[in-house]
Amino acid sequence: MSAEPIAVQQTAAQPMVKAEAVRKHFGRLEVLKGIDLEVMPRAVMCIVGPSGSGKSTFLRCINHLEQINGGRLWVDGELVGYRQRGEKLYELKEKEVAQHRRDIGMVFQRFNLFPHMTALGNVMEAPVQVKGTSRNEARQRGLELLERVGLSERCDMYPSQLSGGQQQRVAIARALAMDPKLMLFDEPTSALDPELVGEVLDVMRGLAEAGMTMIVVTHEMGFAREVGDELVFMDDGVVVEAGNPRDVITNPQHERTQAFLSKVL
Amino acid sequence: MTDTTTPTASTRADVKAIPVRHPGRWVASAGVVLVSAMFVHMLFTNPAFQWSFIRDNAFSAPVINGAKNTLVLTVLSMVLGVALGIVLAVMRLSPNPVLSGGAWVYVWFFRAVPRVVLLILFGNLGVLYSRYDIGIPFDRQIANLFGLSLSGRFFGVSANTILTAFVAALLGLALSEAAYMAEIVRAGISSIEEGQTEAAQALGMSRGKLMRRIVLPQAMRVIVPPTGNETIAMIKDTSLVAFVPYYELFFQLQAIGSRTFQLFPMLVAACLWYLAMTSVLMVGQHFLEKRYARGTRRSTDRAEKKSLFKIWTRLPSNWGA
Repeated sequence: MSAEPIAVQQTAAQPMVKAEAVRKHFGRLEVLKGIDLEVMPRAVMCIVGPSGSGKSTFLRCINHLEQINGGRLWVDGELVGYRQRGEKLYELKEKEVAQHRRDIGMVFQRFNLFPHMTALGNVMEAPVQVKGTSRNEARQRGLELLERVGLSERCDMYPSQLSGGQQQRVAIARALAMDPKLMLFDEPTSALDPELVGEVLDVMRGLAEAGMTMIVVTHEMGFAREVGDELVFMDDGVVVEAGNPRDVITNPQHERTQAFLSKVL
Repeated sequence: MTDTTTPTASTRADVKAIPVRHPGRWVASAGVVLVSAMFVHMLFTNPAFQWSFIRDNAFSAPVINGAKNTLVLTVLSMVLGVALGIVLAVMRLSPNPVLSGGAWVYVWFFRAVPRVVLLILFGNLGVLYSRYDIGIPFDRQIANLFGLSLSGRFFGVSANTILTAFVAALLGLALSEAAYMAEIVRAGISSIEEGQTEAAQALGMSRGKLMRRIVLPQAMRVIVPPTGNETIAMIKDTSLVAFVPYYELFFQLQAIGSRTFQLFPMLVAACLWYLAMTSVLMVGQHFLEKRYARGTRRSTDRAEKKSLFKIWTRLPSNWGA
């Protein structure tokens, strides 16, 4: 999806992510009990809620790391994980799933950087191996991205030599290297020391300002209020409340939202 | 300097304490030195060792030839064993029950049968079958059911041309090694946390690429030390191929020993040969381990460039790895 101003009007008609009655269960445990959501291009959606409410699982369904059991999920108009012909659904081949995932960046709570590669190596890996970009080009782009997250002088360091905040910023650069049209953040600051949270949020704020479509599972209410276009409160596998972040935070309608916010604010 | 207590010249000075004495260590060290000296004394004064005989015969042409066979067998059976082991490990971790079950049965069988038995078995396969044919299983039986006389064999060779002593020895060693390697590789792959796979998948990597680029390079750190053990064990286990029978280092040394009635010096020569080969291997293992330890330590690589001597100080920690 192009970020040119002309294209925005066109694409605004179609949501980047659309979920209809998405259900997911692990064995007998129902984790998602029918999620309906829409994320428009260039929008930032923050998902909050108590642990075990299904917000991470929902995020992982969007790039098919988890297979949904019911409902439908579309990314940029394409069904996630399946192909529909008439009434029948066909599971996508591994290759096709991988093809879809290229366009969706994901940032994990525990960073999940590749420990046997340098920061630059991490960022170059997917463009070279998946897209077939030349090493020179990937290096150039990798250095640019590391510069963007403020780590160009640490490009030759291994993840174990970086602080948590630096590792997470490398992880963001790694995801951006594939030029995704959508970025998923799974509690990106939850594993960080308090003084390192800010540097990661700053990078994310910059991304949002540049027009990236983002879905952020987070506990950072300040970030959700300032950067988010929409705030979704999930509990027990359902969306309890959704709306403008300021409204939801200052004037929660639902009892469960009130209870949750009173604990985290 | 401002302190809560007033510092005197003596408190500000470097710590120069009398170290704790370890008399027990001194006694033990003296004991070790004494026993070593006795051993060396025995080596050089007991005429039974026949050092000159060892020197004259340990490098004779048949022995060198045997040593060459030992090395070739070790290298080839390890290469085949590791390759097949990786395939078996990946099969074992497959969600398909036929693949994982097949790998399990393979490992179960080849770990259960002693190598000597396996080698004798392979050495005598020519007795059991004079020809080997590749084709559709139960072809003649099925054809007979329909009253036809068809054969579904595509090609075949006589046992003597394909199953030479060398091939039998190599197969016996490599197939049994693959079973052990499969378990080592599986442990290595399982040691990599799922987050690595997920991160690679999220970037759009295929399963094969993810294995080759992300999982296996990291698993190598767990795989290399026990594989070094396996290789050392393999050097020694090649002496079992005498049962095929195929000749290698030990076979040749023993032959000289029995022919000249100087068995003991030739056994000593065998010890020295195996010691030398194993030592070379340990150096190689050290560098391999260093290669795959990249990124696992906080210190920079420059700090890691210490002398090879570190291999000794690092040995104990390697056992646990």
